[in-house]
Amino acid sequence: MAPYAKEELLACTLGRLIGDAGHVAVGAASPIPATAAFFSKASCNKKLRISLLHKRAGNPFTEGSRELFDLAGQGRIDVFFLGGAQIDGEANINLVQAEGKRFPGSFGSAFMYFAAGRTILFREEHSRRVLVPKVDFISAPGWSAPEVERRGGPQALLTGKALFSWQPDMRRFRLESVHPGVTAEEVRENTGFEYDAAQHAPETAPPTHEDLKLLRGPVASEIAENYPDFARRVWNMAL
Amino acid sequence: MPANDVMFFRNAENIAAEIPDGAFLGLPPDYSMPAMAVVHALIRRNAKNLKLLGVPVLGLSADLLIGAGCVAEVESSAVSLGEAGLAPRFTEAAERGDIRIRDATCPAIHGGLQATEKGVPFMPLRGVIGSDLVALRPDWKIIENPLKEKDPILLVSAIQPDIALFHARWADEAGNVWIGRRKELATIAHASRRCFVTYEEKRPGDMLEDELLAPGVLSSVYVSGVAQAERGAWPLSVAGLYGIDDAHLALYAKAGKTKEGFLGYLEEFVWHRTPKKNSSPARSGA
Repeated sequence: MAPYAKEELLACTLGRLIGDAGHVAVGAASPIPATAAFFSKASCNKKLRISLLHKRAGNPFTEGSRELFDLAGQGRIDVFFLGGAQIDGEANINLVQAEGKRFPGSFGSAFMYFAAGRTILFREEHSRRVLVPKVDFISAPGWSAPEVERRGGPQALLTGKALFSWQPDMRRFRLESVHPGVTAEEVRENTGFEYDAAQHAPETAPPTHEDLKLLRGPVASEIAENYPDFARRVWNMAL
Repeated sequence: MPANDVMFFRNAENIAAEIPDGAFLGLPPDYSMPAMAVVHALIRRNAKNLKLLGVPVLGLSADLLIGAGCVAEVESSAVSLGEAGLAPRFTEAAERGDIRIRDATCPAIHGGLQATEKGVPFMPLRGVIGSDLVALRPDWKIIENPLKEKDPILLVSAIQPDIALFHARWADEAGNVWIGRRKELATIAHASRRCFVTYEEKRPGDMLEDELLAPGVLSSVYVSGVAQAERGAWPLSVAGLYGIDDAHLALYAKAGKTKEGFLGYLEEFVWHRTPKKNSSPARSGA
């Protein structure tokens, strides 16, 4: 058994993708992206500004929830996270419906995917049910025709099995790494869309001891306030 | 819209009685003080054919109303219970086709309400082009920017709810209500024909005369009626007063998965007028 939780691996990997961004925003019900943002700030990007839409105490938005979208519209959000009930090989995402099943809805995706500087796609389930050749419903498109004004788009797709980068010129994903214990064949078998890959995909770097100390210390206490169930489950925190 | 005198009602039931069947109801998300006491009262009065507008999303309040058969249509960017998971009654009603759904995206709802605030017919919005949402919305239209060549842009129609409904920390004797930083509540109130608010505590005097409180005040000009409802957002939160009752939301998410479980929940927490609120530890004093 690995000396770290799956959630910790995913948060570290997302945290590295945040890179040197100045401002990251995290939307609804996203404990792992929120963990990634605080991890990035604690480890390498000390100046990172983090805006949690649903921060329970000290919420950064004083103009109501529209302020997040206004900030993005002004170009003040560098990185945002989106998920999908379905995600396809052209980075289109579906948050509405598929095969008779209803999902919560598109949230702000149809705007944020265009307006944020870059968007990291994150969905833990890695299966042909989720990663499909073509989504049943486009909540937000992965790319746009040149005449449509669009500041940003997908940067990468992280799942519970692998990390893909997005190649905007080819409009295709590329397998960057597979998580410890997962094989490239397993990723291919469980992915419904076509993607590029090097002959030998490296392993996703697991969290170091230093990373885990940060995650389980200052990061966990930030997260517990806003995602108590998650903190209880992953870090066994008594709240 | 008529100039209003703020009505001071006795309780949440009186506000529920002001909301007619078929009303188009503008509601805040779970993190922005839904008037849960009125939601319960609407279920008790067997309200029908409500149209709900989520500003910009909905959660427990909508799921309860949908499960209880009060709702004909939902316009929202999403309906979910957040960390507690899917909104179970919404999900089932949507999959069975029991309610009409007008899917949206958050800034389109904010923009539609802002258009009504300004008295203009539509608001332009970036993004969205290429989303399948556009085809579902005859009230959205992509046009060419008339001020620039080759620049398609989306217009969303103004949205005017019949009634804005939410909870607030304070009302005062002048009929103002204090919403603090939850300014989406002001947007809903500005854009709606009428606005009803429940509040935790009544303050003497006029909050607009207090320099520190005034920026968080929704002026009485927008308020049709208020009623006191202590812990009126429970099991949701009033920031600085009491937190979200996460255990209760988890209990609801589980109970609501079946019709029987949902009816049992209504029996225990809604039909009788003194719901059990003892599982919500307040995080700070009033």
